[in-house]
Amino acid sequence: MKKTSTLRTVLRRLRPYRGRIALTLIFAMAQVAATLYVPILVGRAIDCIIAPGQVDFAAIAALLVTIAVVTGIGALAQWLMNLTNNAITYGMVQDMRRDAFRKIQILPLSYLDRHPVGEIVSRVVADVDQFADGLLMGFTQLFTGVVTIVGTIGFMLSIHLGITLIVVLITPLSLFVAAFIAKRTHTFFRAQSEARGEQTGLIDEMIGGQKVVQAFGMEARVLDRFDAINEKLRAASLKAIFFSSLTNPCTRFVNSMVYAAVGVVGAFVAIAGGLSVGGLSTFLSYANQYTKPFNEISGVITELQNALTCAARVFELIDETPQIPDADDAVVLAEPAGAVEMQDVAFSYSPDRPLIEGLSLTVKPGQRVAIVGPTGCGKTTLINLLMRFYDVNSGAITVDGHDIRTVTRHSLRQSYGMVLQETWLKAGTIRDNITMGRPDATDEEVIAAAKAAHAHSFIKRLPDGYNTVIGEDGGALSQGQKQLLCITRVMLCLPPMLILDEATSSIDTRTEHKIQAAFATLTAGHTSFIVAHRLSTIREADIILVMKDGHIIEQGNHESLLARKGFYYTLYRSQFAQ
Amino acid sequence: MKTILTHLRAYRRDCVLAPLFKMLEAIFELFVPLVVAAIIDRGIEGGDRTVVWQMGSILVALGIIGLCCSVTAQYFAARAAVGSAASLRRALFAHIQSLSYTELDQLGTSTLITRMTADVNQVQSGVNLVLRLFLRSPFIVFGSMIMAFTIDVPAALVFVVTIPVLSLVVFGIMCWSIPRFKQVQGALDRVLGSTRENLSGARVIRAFGREAAERDEFDARNSALTALQLKVGRMSALMNPLTYVIVNLAVIALVQVGALRVDDGILTQGQVVALYNYMSQILVELIKLANLIITINKSLACAGRITSVFGVKSSMTVSASPRASGDPTAPAVEFRGVSFAYAGAAEPSLERLNLTVPRGQTIGVIGGTGSGKTTLVNLIPRFYDATDGAVLIDGVDVRDYAPDALRQKIGVVPQKASLFAGTIRDNLLWGAHAGDPTDDAALWQALELAQAKEIIERKEGGLDARVEQNGRNLSGGQRQRLTIARALVGRPEILILDDSASALDYATDAALRQSLRSLTDTTTFIVSQRAASIRHADQIVVLDDGAVVGIGTHDQLLAECPVYAEIYYSQFEKEEK
Repeated sequence: MKKTSTLRTVLRRLRPYRGRIALTLIFAMAQVAATLYVPILVGRAIDCIIAPGQVDFAAIAALLVTIAVVTGIGALAQWLMNLTNNAITYGMVQDMRRDAFRKIQILPLSYLDRHPVGEIVSRVVADVDQFADGLLMGFTQLFTGVVTIVGTIGFMLSIHLGITLIVVLITPLSLFVAAFIAKRTHTFFRAQSEARGEQTGLIDEMIGGQKVVQAFGMEARVLDRFDAINEKLRAASLKAIFFSSLTNPCTRFVNSMVYAAVGVVGAFVAIAGGLSVGGLSTFLSYANQYTKPFNEISGVITELQNALTCAARVFELIDETPQIPDADDAVVLAEPAGAVEMQDVAFSYSPDRPLIEGLSLTVKPGQRVAIVGPTGCGKTTLINLLMRFYDVNSGAITVDGHDIRTVTRHSLRQSYGMVLQETWLKAGTIRDNITMGRPDATDEEVIAAAKAAHAHSFIKRLPDGYNTVIGEDGGALSQGQKQLLCITRVMLCLPPMLILDEATSSIDTRTEHKIQAAFATLTAGHTSFIVAHRLSTIREADIILVMKDGHIIEQGNHESLLARKGFYYTLYRSQFAQ
Repeated sequence: MKTILTHLRAYRRDCVLAPLFKMLEAIFELFVPLVVAAIIDRGIEGGDRTVVWQMGSILVALGIIGLCCSVTAQYFAARAAVGSAASLRRALFAHIQSLSYTELDQLGTSTLITRMTADVNQVQSGVNLVLRLFLRSPFIVFGSMIMAFTIDVPAALVFVVTIPVLSLVVFGIMCWSIPRFKQVQGALDRVLGSTRENLSGARVIRAFGREAAERDEFDARNSALTALQLKVGRMSALMNPLTYVIVNLAVIALVQVGALRVDDGILTQGQVVALYNYMSQILVELIKLANLIITINKSLACAGRITSVFGVKSSMTVSASPRASGDPTAPAVEFRGVSFAYAGAAEPSLERLNLTVPRGQTIGVIGGTGSGKTTLVNLIPRFYDATDGAVLIDGVDVRDYAPDALRQKIGVVPQKASLFAGTIRDNLLWGAHAGDPTDDAALWQALELAQAKEIIERKEGGLDARVEQNGRNLSGGQRQRLTIARALVGRPEILILDDSASALDYATDAALRQSLRSLTDTTTFIVSQRAASIRHADQIVVLDDGAVVGIGTHDQLLAECPVYAEIYYSQFEKEEK
């Protein structure tokens, strides 16, 4: 059921290429016809060469010219078919990748959070690639294969019925042999992949923990374990590989039996005068050719099934429901003052597990809000809601009085400067990374921002300074340096509101101190939300939100909360005091 | 290449037998057109049915013998390929284990895992294919030509011309394509990079409103990929039509020559058919050979990557006459003017450290991230060699100890609390050396010291409870305490805790320090970001960007070392002091 709908989608996506598909089918038929016609012509030519003095040179010359022409047509058709197939496949695949990528950009964060990056990437890259391979192979081999089989039967029938039956009846035997072997080897392959999985697990664990292995001098014992699994894998692989490699010799054996049968029967028919020597030669070459598409087609069908499975996974991504688009009349938030209000907000990631309920909060422009609480209390969730990475289930969040759902996402997010707990850097130069929010910034502005974020000193020590190219994960940069870069990035565009999510947690105390000083001056007049672990951050906040299990259980400033001797007091004592 | 040959040596016999049987199979295949020629010339022309029967039986016999040869060849080839791959994998694993931390850092875990798995597998299938096919195809190609010569020299000359031309086209197109396939792979990698960035960086990209720029980048890379694919495709699209034309031209020439020779009475009709059959065989085999070369090329690339890992040698040399013990009256640990820089790093991570640690003392090491704390303690068990100066344990340079003897003295609790699949007991026994008591009482004692007793008590199965791979069925704090217990099982003379209490709550951390203080014979190094964890140490080393900015007790440092004071006061209120 699902397969047919995938197939339908593939066909729908092929529609823009239908002209070219018609072309490729015509080319394929021309090519196959030419390929099949040549042995007949050769056979006829051979019939003109009987014995000394019995050679019809004029007829041979005419036949050879025909062979040359037919060959030329066949080759040209094949070349054009290949080009057309390439154009169709790669064009369609490019479309699919483009659509998948565009979908990724508008998928709700909830989807992206639920699916591992590797999985989605493999859909866009590996699955699409596999699909392209399958499609190309299908186009070039499946169709020509079928036409070849039909054509061969036709041509053979035109020469001799009996021998044709021999070929047609015996050849499929090779398919049965292949299927029989495949079924038997399946168990061996499963044993192999189990052993391989076990070994990969061990390798993964031991190489990953190699430093510990060495620290405890466990090399010899680990090697013993490795040897045991390695031997198991060797034995399993030998069986799997040997038995599966029997397919080829066995099918070839069936083919040679067909060949022998055609030879013998053909000879008898020829002796009886029912077939010429040229005709027999044509038959023998058909007997060879006829089995080839059979062997290929079984491979192509597996490949195509595989391709369809891959395509289904890609389409699943492309057809995923995107986030609710911005309303047509959505307001563009321009330089908001930074008054943020949450009114009776409720939110949860899954309906059966309520998380945030009845959350209300009023933040005046320029206030600093520190969010504290134990792990999993909903601090990160609050940020997801403020940035509208997720929509509230009920209640509302407003910025300067606008419900954020009536504002364009772009302008809302541009109003916030965000430094997340997990640093993310783009592959590119340091400068590219800093200017993400303001691609037009001058070098002076970039350096000024870096200095303010205390990142300048380490950047200028890098091999190419601001033009140093870093990998996606920041390459050789330390965690602290990566965070300084992320801070610089925000420092450069300095939007009216700031969100800092434990951003400084792995920067050492001294650097963090300097950054906080810089932030303190720069955030003056900016509304900021800080998910904080450090006492100094918390103490300087105008509002401290103490969260527990999705609720704001206490709200106030450091002194008033301490005086209350509630949850904050306990938390403070356990985390920061001795 | 040489690496593979070394591991194939044990399978010498199989490596000879596999191609040998393949060649036998090919020889029998080459007889087929001759038999068919006999059917035509003696059977059909002569009207002799017995000949037809005889020749038919020969065809069947040839098929059966071919099958047997082929199956035998497959067996030997599979055995050699699988066996050499297993031996290669083992050697590689043993080699990786012999590398020091410096090399492990350089190579990286994920690279090493890929080498061990995917690359070795690719080499295995390469070896298998080479043994099976690499000799067969050329043999058939040249065998056909030789058979043609035995039939008729002028006709064979057609083969002499055709084979080089065909080879030129097939291998020319391949040589052109292979480097371009790599370019295609590179273009695909760039598409992959773009995609991954937009997933892993979705929040940041959306926060900065960079969707359009990212889209443009992706589209450009996607188009570049398609353009490259089409370019390479244009060339490979020529392969089949061109070879087809060449072979058919050869057939035309063959028929023409054959016609003349038959007319002269030198050749028979059946022999012309045989020549035609030989020509058809050549094309099939050359195409097979071309595909084979692509696979071999891939395998060689993998083999090259594996060889490069073998090429990395441990930078750590073991002394020619290693010592098993030191002087029990000397200080437990001594750093003499020690500096250290990581391989390839411009700046040293630790500079000119002088520190003497008497037996039984507790040393605290504190400083910011990247200040060199871990570097300092990693020099004690000789995970890395000091670039300058010397580290002495019991008065003997660590480089003069036998590695086993050295690590037996030291219990390390690394920053990353990694446990391994097995039972709790298996994991704890990692820490035990020859001669250490390994009974349950000893294990429980270590667990108790590490504040891990109640974790295990509550676990079903106790010491025999399962630990999953990387200890993922345990929490961070539980893992940390188990790794501490593991280090304690070996009753080390020197215990190193590298930020090992970071996931523990304050009370457990304090209890842990309290219980470690009872190990009066053990010299303990505690690395921490928390001032509370180290303030009671006998000596505290304060590091800042690799430089030692203070050594002393808490009170001394608070008074004299501004960096220490800054760290301390940022974590504790001044008035509480």
